[in-house]
Amino acid sequence: MAVEQTDAQLVSRCRDGDPDAWNEFVERFSRYVYAICSRGFRLAQHDAEDVFQEVFARAFERLSELRSDEAVRPWLAQLTRRLCIDRLRLNARDTPSDAEPDEREVDDVLSQLDDAMSVRSALDKVGDPCREILDRFFCRDESYRTIGDLLGIPAGTIASRISRCLDKVRTELDGRGRASRPS
Amino acid sequence: MREMNGFDEEQIGRLLRLLPPAPEGWVRAAQELPAARAMLDEIVARAEQDAAFRLQLQADLERAVAAAGYEPSPFIVSRLRQLLEAV
Repeated sequence: MAVEQTDAQLVSRCRDGDPDAWNEFVERFSRYVYAICSRGFRLAQHDAEDVFQEVFARAFERLSELRSDEAVRPWLAQLTRRLCIDRLRLNARDTPSDAEPDEREVDDVLSQLDDAMSVRSALDKVGDPCREILDRFFCRDESYRTIGDLLGIPAGTIASRISRCLDKVRTELDGRGRASRPS
Repeated sequence: MREMNGFDEEQIGRLLRLLPPAPEGWVRAAQELPAARAMLDEIVARAEQDAAFRLQLQADLERAVAAAGYEPSPFIVSRLRQLLEAV
């Protein structure tokens, strides 16, 4: 199992000026911010890019203002959400059809993305090669053949490896559930 | 964190699909923010002290940034535009 730092530990390292920490921070949350922009608010790619960069610019500048390091994910979600709404309102001045999505719909997407981030975190804990195989198959939509060629694994064994890896992630998630439940 | 146990393998796969990687260039640009920030501070400090440079920036921001030896990425240019309004 890979050793995974908590969000709070990572934020603390960023604040201490650890040069690698910011890279890891962006790596850890880039998919989340991107998904909020593109899936939650369905921003056009160029708008999503602007919001994405603005979110990380503000996060970098204001990380020291974060009250609780553990709350970095909801803080980023809120920041991204606000900037997406600002962008949609700005666009609506020129193109009135750029309506804001329904708030409850956005809440539902954000809730699913939170679950997805927890699964992602469990996958990070499981580590490679499962992380790479599942990421390529589910997140990058690569075929068995492509994954097999890239990782030097017979394509015919990819399906069973995916199944075993999913089982490891499920076990990791179950372990977290048990650990967080009061005895 | 919400309690996550109870997800079956199909749900785990479905949730993983919700988080495709952000475009590489976006991630790289965000990772370069600390360096970009230092560059911005330098440019703004120079603009505050050097009136000729400030005029060049006002006339053609991208060209002046490039002429001063900095990479005028879209992020640098847009951020600089905001910062220079305050100079």
